[in-house]
Amino acid sequence: MPELRRRIQGALRWEVGLVFALVGVVLFGISSSSQFLTSTNLFYLNLSIGEVAIMTLPMTLIIVTGEIDLSVASTLGMSSALLGYLYAHGWSIPLAIAAALVVGAAAGAANGFLVTKVGLPSLAVTIGTLTLYRGIAIVILGPQTVSTFPARYTNIGVTSLPHTGGYVSYSVGFFLVLAILFGIALHATPFGRSLFVMGANAEAARYAGLRVKRTKFRLFVLSGLVCAFAGILYTFRLSTAVQDNGIGLELSVVTVVLLGGVSIFGGRGSILGVVLAIAVFAGLQSALFLTNFEQRAMGVVTGSLLLLSVLIPNASTFVRRGRDVLRRRELRNAAVEPAS
Amino acid sequence: MTATVDAQHGVATSGAVDDPRRIVDLVFRVREFGIVAVLILFVAVTAVAQPRFVHTANIQFILVDTTIFALLALGQTLVVLTRNVDLSVGSVLGLSAFLSADLFGHHHGIPIAVVFLAGLGIGLACGVTVGLLTVVGGVPSLVVTLAALYIIRGIDVLVVGGGQVVASSLPNAFIEIPKKTVAGVPILAVVVAGVVAVGAYYLRSFRSGRELYAIGSNPDAARLAGIPKGRRVFFAFAASGAIAGIAGVLYAARYGTIDSTAGSGYELQVIAAVVVGGVAIFGGSGSVVGAAFGALLLQTILSALYVLGVSPFWDQAIAGALLLAAISLDRGIELKLSAMLRRRRTFARA
Repeated sequence: MPELRRRIQGALRWEVGLVFALVGVVLFGISSSSQFLTSTNLFYLNLSIGEVAIMTLPMTLIIVTGEIDLSVASTLGMSSALLGYLYAHGWSIPLAIAAALVVGAAAGAANGFLVTKVGLPSLAVTIGTLTLYRGIAIVILGPQTVSTFPARYTNIGVTSLPHTGGYVSYSVGFFLVLAILFGIALHATPFGRSLFVMGANAEAARYAGLRVKRTKFRLFVLSGLVCAFAGILYTFRLSTAVQDNGIGLELSVVTVVLLGGVSIFGGRGSILGVVLAIAVFAGLQSALFLTNFEQRAMGVVTGSLLLLSVLIPNASTFVRRGRDVLRRRELRNAAVEPAS
Repeated sequence: MTATVDAQHGVATSGAVDDPRRIVDLVFRVREFGIVAVLILFVAVTAVAQPRFVHTANIQFILVDTTIFALLALGQTLVVLTRNVDLSVGSVLGLSAFLSADLFGHHHGIPIAVVFLAGLGIGLACGVTVGLLTVVGGVPSLVVTLAALYIIRGIDVLVVGGGQVVASSLPNAFIEIPKKTVAGVPILAVVVAGVVAVGAYYLRSFRSGRELYAIGSNPDAARLAGIPKGRRVFFAFAASGAIAGIAGVLYAARYGTIDSTAGSGYELQVIAAVVVGGVAIFGGSGSVVGAAFGALLLQTILSALYVLGVSPFWDQAIAGALLLAAISLDRGIELKLSAMLRRRRTFARA
């Protein structure tokens, strides 16, 4: 029990840190521009983060089990390209959406198959499918751009959810609902507990009778499905299907998840932390946007954030290792002295 | 032929009984033979379908394009052998390509050797940073190099802005480098083949080279055996960065036009080449010669498809599919092999 309490406290400390970071980001935003807290800006902030936020949810579960899915942005791109292609070839929107979702789930199933049945490391598999799925998106659309979607759907990029005062976008609305579902699944069900066990010790989980492979397979399918859904939102929001939709977003997704205190080694993390991390990340992006920061160089900020969020939890090991080196050097000097 | 010689040493054999060891050797020799066989088959089939493919000019093009990837594959192999991965090489290449080529515009008459040194320095600085963060920070290299990929690309964007270096601002002697040939073979290809041979010799015969295999085979055991794991992994990243820096200068010489997107996505092609070339993605086995052949195969396939009239839109999908096929194949071989060895051992005991 003290172990459990310590872990809860440890996790809470990270989330408290995130709350402070959020306050800092908001103060930075306010000081950099008077536009920051206006409903228009917050709505755009919502729009810009919605799909990334949705994709962080399955990614959180996957990283908690000690795996990773780097193909999320390519799956988004592939479903977006397919949606555009099918619509341009006369399919009705609901049918095209269904097809995109099915293909997304299949893409996830392919990842899951290679990881759990063939037994390959998820890192290698999803680097491969990151290339492959983006490649398929390029094959589907080529240089073509599809942008004639009906306004009924593309409205999600312009209008806010009703009764939210113009602040909340549809994508963030979907995200909030999904976050609650994922939060309950991860933190309040035996299924969620089993994910932590798998991440902490896959071998022990298997001996305890948990269906490690089957669960991981399903998580990859879920990830593919959710990313395809994000791809559909992305397409309608921008009213554009092109082959490079969402390229590079895997960085943002992984960054947010790790910034949310999920351990890259598996076995630790919370949905609350991830939700807070999304707010911090989106706020920072928006504040930098208002200060006219070069958008294409945003990777510098995101990448640094990613490094920080993995280096900070390791800081204690880091300090200890440094002290060890110093101590060893001292011992060596002490041993050498009498001899000389 | 070098491939076969090297394959024997590219495997971290356990040094157990003689017989299973020979089986392991044989399998890996077949694995690298396989690449060469596929390569020959591919060239033959394409040549029949479209004779233009085996024209000297086209072959020279393929070889020159391969040199850049073969270099990157050499660095990546050092890293992958230690059970790490370096996703930052494409961005390092881009940054080095721009900064080094930009030197010509700012310092007229600057010696070309100095530009190569500058590229090397830029790459080395990136590699050293990545290596330090990985080793000292105790963070998985995947995360560090994923972050580095975007940070270095972002720095590139900030430095380059909307500008670009164009071929007309580069001295002729520089642009001519990839075009020079000796007996019909691009000099660049000869030099890179030499570099790869040196790399192969290092990995085969030097203690620190062998230790890279040991680290990748079993990191904990390597540490307990007294191998300075951190130092070796750091070296691998530093070397990979430095090589990517050099490759950046070659990229500048080859293409002449460099903007802030130069080399983006190269990391994926390089990893594909390395894995197709038989370097195990789990580390501990593979050779740089295999990796170089992997790069050659990938370039040949892409070029063949182009010559056959397949749209270049297929390039990325094919690279991804090849990568997945190669790691699945390796896994299959590994499983078969361990089953076979286990059976042998049981027989031997009976």
